[in-house]
Amino acid sequence: MADAIRFLLDGEIISIRDVDPTRTVLQWLREDRLRTGTKEGCAEGDCGACMVVVADVADDGESLRYQAINSCIQFLSALDGKELITVESLSPAGGRLHPVQQAMVVHHGSQCGFCTPGFVMTLFAAYRSKPPLDRPATNDALAGNLCRCTGYRPIADAAEAMYTLGKDASGDERLTAAHGAMSETAIAEERRIIETLKSLQREDTLTIANAGREIHLPTTPEQLAATLAAHPDATMVAGGTDVGLWVTKQFRDMDQLIYMGGVKALQDITVLDDAIRIGAGVTFTEAMPTLVEHFPALEPLLRRFASPPVRNAATVGGNVANGSPIGDSMPAFIALNARVTLTSANGSRELPLESLYIDYMVNAIEPGEFVASIVIPKLNPNQTLAAYKLSKRFDQDISAVCAVFVATVDEGHCVSLRTGFGGMAAIPARAMQCEAAMTDVVLNEATVQTAMSALDQDFTPMTDMRASDSYRREAARNLLYRFFLALTEPEIDTEVYDYGR
Amino acid sequence: MVAKDPLVKGGVGQATAHDSAALHVNGRALYTDDLPEPRGLLHGAFGVSTEAHAKVTAISFERVRAFPGVVDVITADDIHGHNNYGAVADDDPVFANERVEFIGHPMFLVVADSVDAARRAALLADVDYELLEPILDPETALERRSFVVPSQTLKCGDSESAIAAAPHTLSGTLDLGGQDQFYLEGQIAMAIPTEGGDFRIQCSTQHPGEIQHVVAKVLGLTQKDVVVECRRMGGAFGGKESQPALIAAAAAVAANKLGRAVKLRLDRDSDMVSTGKRHDFFTRYHVGFDDDGRILGVEFEYASRCGMSADLSGAINDRAMFHTDNAYFLPNATIHSHRCKTNTVSNTAFRGFGGPQGMFAIEYVMDEIAGALGEDPLTIRQRNYYGTDTRNVTPYGQTVEDNVIGPLTDTLIDSSDYHARRREIRDWNLDSRILKRGIALTPVKFGISFTATHLNQAGALLHVYTDGTVHLNHGGTEMGQGLFTKVAQVVAETLQINIDTIKITASDTSKVPNASATAASSGSDLNGMAAQAAALTIRDRLSRFAAEYFEANASDVVFANNTITVGDHTLSFAELVKLAYLARVSLSTTGFYKTPKISYDKKALKGRPFYYYAYGAAVSEVIVDTLTGEHRVTRVDILHDCGRSLNPAIDMGQIEGGFIQGVGWLTTEQLWWDPRGALRTHAPATYKIPACSDVPTDFRVNIMQSQENREETIHRSKAVGEPPLMLGISVFHAIKDAVNQACDGKQPRLDAPATPEAVLTAIKQGRQR
Repeated sequence: MADAIRFLLDGEIISIRDVDPTRTVLQWLREDRLRTGTKEGCAEGDCGACMVVVADVADDGESLRYQAINSCIQFLSALDGKELITVESLSPAGGRLHPVQQAMVVHHGSQCGFCTPGFVMTLFAAYRSKPPLDRPATNDALAGNLCRCTGYRPIADAAEAMYTLGKDASGDERLTAAHGAMSETAIAEERRIIETLKSLQREDTLTIANAGREIHLPTTPEQLAATLAAHPDATMVAGGTDVGLWVTKQFRDMDQLIYMGGVKALQDITVLDDAIRIGAGVTFTEAMPTLVEHFPALEPLLRRFASPPVRNAATVGGNVANGSPIGDSMPAFIALNARVTLTSANGSRELPLESLYIDYMVNAIEPGEFVASIVIPKLNPNQTLAAYKLSKRFDQDISAVCAVFVATVDEGHCVSLRTGFGGMAAIPARAMQCEAAMTDVVLNEATVQTAMSALDQDFTPMTDMRASDSYRREAARNLLYRFFLALTEPEIDTEVYDYGR
Repeated sequence: MVAKDPLVKGGVGQATAHDSAALHVNGRALYTDDLPEPRGLLHGAFGVSTEAHAKVTAISFERVRAFPGVVDVITADDIHGHNNYGAVADDDPVFANERVEFIGHPMFLVVADSVDAARRAALLADVDYELLEPILDPETALERRSFVVPSQTLKCGDSESAIAAAPHTLSGTLDLGGQDQFYLEGQIAMAIPTEGGDFRIQCSTQHPGEIQHVVAKVLGLTQKDVVVECRRMGGAFGGKESQPALIAAAAAVAANKLGRAVKLRLDRDSDMVSTGKRHDFFTRYHVGFDDDGRILGVEFEYASRCGMSADLSGAINDRAMFHTDNAYFLPNATIHSHRCKTNTVSNTAFRGFGGPQGMFAIEYVMDEIAGALGEDPLTIRQRNYYGTDTRNVTPYGQTVEDNVIGPLTDTLIDSSDYHARRREIRDWNLDSRILKRGIALTPVKFGISFTATHLNQAGALLHVYTDGTVHLNHGGTEMGQGLFTKVAQVVAETLQINIDTIKITASDTSKVPNASATAASSGSDLNGMAAQAAALTIRDRLSRFAAEYFEANASDVVFANNTITVGDHTLSFAELVKLAYLARVSLSTTGFYKTPKISYDKKALKGRPFYYYAYGAAVSEVIVDTLTGEHRVTRVDILHDCGRSLNPAIDMGQIEGGFIQGVGWLTTEQLWWDPRGALRTHAPATYKIPACSDVPTDFRVNIMQSQENREETIHRSKAVGEPPLMLGISVFHAIKDAVNQACDGKQPRLDAPATPEAVLTAIKQGRQR
């Protein structure tokens, strides 16, 4: 029976038994292992200076999946059964640089150099797992990395050049091989890593205890339910992209934690006849292709949902269970009439997602229950979906207003409208008066103006650092108008997002 | 004598990679927090005020001391020297006691055996405050005459009469936001006690000398007792000019009391809450102009948010006044500058040092004049440009001798196809109901030199070892700008040796004393010259020696590409050095430089504060959504004057990076205080610097070709650190152009930063007119 968090680092199996369950990967790297190449820039997953790559066995069981994550907000338990790759792993001290590193040097991609290891790791994950990216895709890939010196152009150039450089790199062949260009040696090495990672998988619940604090790592929903029944007040950790901040920013003491990341059964996406079921443990990166396939209008919203490294860790269930009023998935799921399944040791129940939220950070999840899945009904052919996000910066910003609309339209007649709003109230919510105003009406300027006025009655938004209440109101009204134009005069261009990219 | 061809590797003018590039990319470049930790190292964390303005009537550390891992709590009582780190005035206590003046004001330092313990315990002090009324914005401070230093007025001609007699006048107010430096590496210092009560300080600082002076003063030591070292910073942008003294002094006080090394690293939130930023400005203007839009007289009144202390605010606001002309001739001008004291963090240096705020004001006025006359703002700008022989004296009395803004603008207009695009945009907008595009060209003229004349000096230290390798040190610091690389290129060029035979070493107060801050874009101008002087001394000694040794004239000794030729004799640099050593020639020297020609009367605000000017211009095009105020930059063309570039790759990095930083300042980066005076944008989750996709894919940046500095700067290059930031102003004006067109040409007030909310507010206001 495993009694330690185990993961691979530079070919060595690391076993950690006695560790504070809220110790972050970054703290462990810098303070315990003296691997100082990985930097702390913000300790909240927003700057990318701490980027590392985590490899795990892909769904096919035969290849490795390389993903960049923010080590500053990940607890060590997130590494269990995986391989950790840091900037030091890419090239030996004094040896020839990794192709990604060479490209960054050749294109003058570093100035102060502090963000650079993070950029290198994000680019490395892309290099290893994707064919060359065009500039917009590079922008998206780098959305989780901030650079204050260069203005990014040289880094984007390096991203383009990295596939053509570094034939003379002297590091690990598996890591220096570009996507789709693996040598025999590299393939053999990858197989060896896969076998090792498989041998690290557990079947029973692992508990790590330290100084009166415990984290439990179950592997099945049953174990999870049982652990939660035993510790009903435990903090649930899934992707950790919010809980990590409770530790690094708020210094909260959490003595009982349950890490759900090892519960494979919660990581399935099932396409049903009339709906999509997404397991709570599915990350946004994993959910995106299916969601975009069935709901293409969600693509820009999902692309602007946090950043790639956050989406690599953050789970759909975590976002929904957390229920932040400024989270971006709930407005979409609520507008799409999604239902949420709550499971406990006593069984499961299902409720409409919108009724999960009661008040600011208060929800209907009972002690002992966890979010198991979200079911999102598919759209009918006469339904139109639009999702809009407003923020000061396009990428990796929190919404001032998030508005999602689903209209059922029959030849210029609006049968019904469902909405989901973020940033407008203490909880993610529907705009009921607005919806009523758009029920069974002819779609024209007069009706949309009436609905815009009704929308103004639905919410009393707050003024904060993201926007004033008056901007939120006006922008929300105008987003409804934008949707109206999309329905009635789709040839009118109303969004700037894709310009200049 | 030096032969030019073939080129020595890493000589002047080459696009040599940053000297630390390989270390940056493989994670082996050491920043202060990465250095091996001394035995018994302790960690500090500030305990800070939670009130904007209050008397501290009682404070209990009982719960702090009880926290596991806490070793001690350090307060003002532990300071044996002087409790002040103010760069200029005596108003910046290391630890506030009795009175706190902003939310985030450091009051004490918790020292613990881990960073985490120190930070957690720092929140546990029980403080009783007697609340005082805070002043939270510059407008209120102006009303109440609350200033950190006295107001100043810069005057030329008679603006009052000129405006009264002008055929057209305009007046208005502007709000211009501040900006956080957001260097990726936060403030950090490590104080290490050495023997006999001395200290060695490792610190991320643009000004090791200041750290040395402040630590000595705070500990009651002399300057000889403190050594400060900094190999590199993870970005600085002015934020590590005066601010690190607080960090280093606090760590040193603790280290002094406990006899152990103490490291103080601020986390991101503490850094943003407790250290200074760019000043936000409230501005009133009144301008009179002729039918062609030429300014006849103009008056500005600035009220800047200096925060609770003077810091560098005097010089920063002076520079704002000096850059109110930007590239324009102002025959009659009166510029009042109020340096407002507010109960917010003390603002400090940030790339441009007040210059951007002054330039922003005049650029705004140019747009307003154009709007009033119905002309292209570019035409108005060009009409107001400084002349070359006439109309060429600045409001502070310096003659602009090196004006290139006219031809530079003409070249950029052509290469960017400005006029055709402007017409095309106007046509496009007629057919676009919701989205509107805008375009603007704005110029930059930026004065180079510290306005405090005595700071314009630098020293360097050069050792040559017997294997022919070189140890290079100078008073400049490396914050990512590539200074160390450029200075090494100068030495490589002078000695005609490959750059990889030169060891670039950490800034160190024990090697080069009394160095000025690496600031005011002066790094390579000053340190490049000092290092060149040192290298020339060595080269002359070697030449004289070689001439003597080979019985030739010193003028016949030729240094070229790692080889020395004396008549028929050819030998490597290393071989010559070895011979010189055996002949007992000194192979170590210093170099010194002071900027010529500058002089400036601080009282009259007149003279020649600047050795020369750097120029540039940018054309930006944007698209704006009139329903939400969202906008995108779609294309940017830049032409910038670097003189004869020391390193085009590094200069390009400064231009592009500076521009994007300027765009961030005026668009996405918003500092927001709540009604209590707490900064609520104190981490990247809430404070948004530009991300990769904010950079337009169509980004055409060029360095002005074959334009050498007419002054005798290092290899006739020009400073490039700060000027490009102000190229970002073009994006603001492109947005303003789009907003105006969304409002049928009316000119609503647009505040900076032009967030979606600010833009939508402007459009709404314009359409209501």
